[in-house]
Amino acid sequence: MSWGGWSDFWAMGGYAGFVWGSYGVTLLALALEVHLLRRRRARALAAVRRTQAQMARDLDESTS
Amino acid sequence: MAAEGAGINWYKYSAPHTFYPLAGRLIPWFAGLALAFCLIGLYIGFFVAPTEARQGEAYRIIFIHVPAAWMSMFIYVVMAFWAALGLAFNTRLSSMMASALAPTGALMTFIALWTGALWGRPTWGTYWVWDARLTSELILLFLYFGFLALEAAIEDTRRADRACAVLALVGVVNVPIIYFSVKWWNTLHQGATISLESAPKMATTMFAGMGMLALGFWMYCIAAALHRVRSIILERERRADWVREVT
Repeated sequence: MSWGGWSDFWAMGGYAGFVWGSYGVTLLALALEVHLLRRRRARALAAVRRTQAQMARDLDESTS
Repeated sequence: MAAEGAGINWYKYSAPHTFYPLAGRLIPWFAGLALAFCLIGLYIGFFVAPTEARQGEAYRIIFIHVPAAWMSMFIYVVMAFWAALGLAFNTRLSSMMASALAPTGALMTFIALWTGALWGRPTWGTYWVWDARLTSELILLFLYFGFLALEAAIEDTRRADRACAVLALVGVVNVPIIYFSVKWWNTLHQGATISLESAPKMATTMFAGMGMLALGFWMYCIAAALHRVRSIILERERRADWVREVT
């Protein structure tokens, strides 16, 4: 550990904006992708339910 | 059900209905490994690796910049491989894998460019310079965007897969250009890399932190691609009987 304390750590030797700007945006970008992945799965599952329900209705109509 | 009777596992798992549950079981493992490797890497990067003599603390951007840059190129090659396989053998899952990798590859390219700009400013005095390494990496981002835009523009998925595969294969020539750009041309990028290598005492802990984060990014990308390919399988096979049973 080469830091004098937490304020020393967050200051990053005067490069705080560059270092935390890099790490912060990377974290945000990864969080955004995880959110988009979950949303895409939820939408895909909803589309499956809609399609399968429609197919079941079509089958009922054609057999009755 | 043509895969039945072939007796080869390889074929069995190339079918979307067998790959879908397998991918579902693999995701938590890759996600867990990604988190573990990243936390270890960040700990080494911030609390074990010492200050770099010439760049001070600004060099700590390397721990995410280099892994993201590696993944941006590696994902493109893997994406082109799956796209080519889909083009040559008309295998559905291969094309879906290529589509699943493109957004994550674009994200890694963006991270590499963003962190590179924020690293370039304190070390080179500029956020951006039109040199070979930076320009070819920007072209990589545009290739990913082109792949995604082309896919979105063509409604017929089979046609979209073929068009995207051709684009991916033409674009793969850019990857060795990025990789060797610092050797083939005199770029600003090379100078900074060499100054890090000339501090051999720091290299061990620095490379350990970078290696851990590279493994973490790699595992994350696998987890993200597997998650996305499951959604793509559902989108494309939503009419199939097996989909009703697993959802």
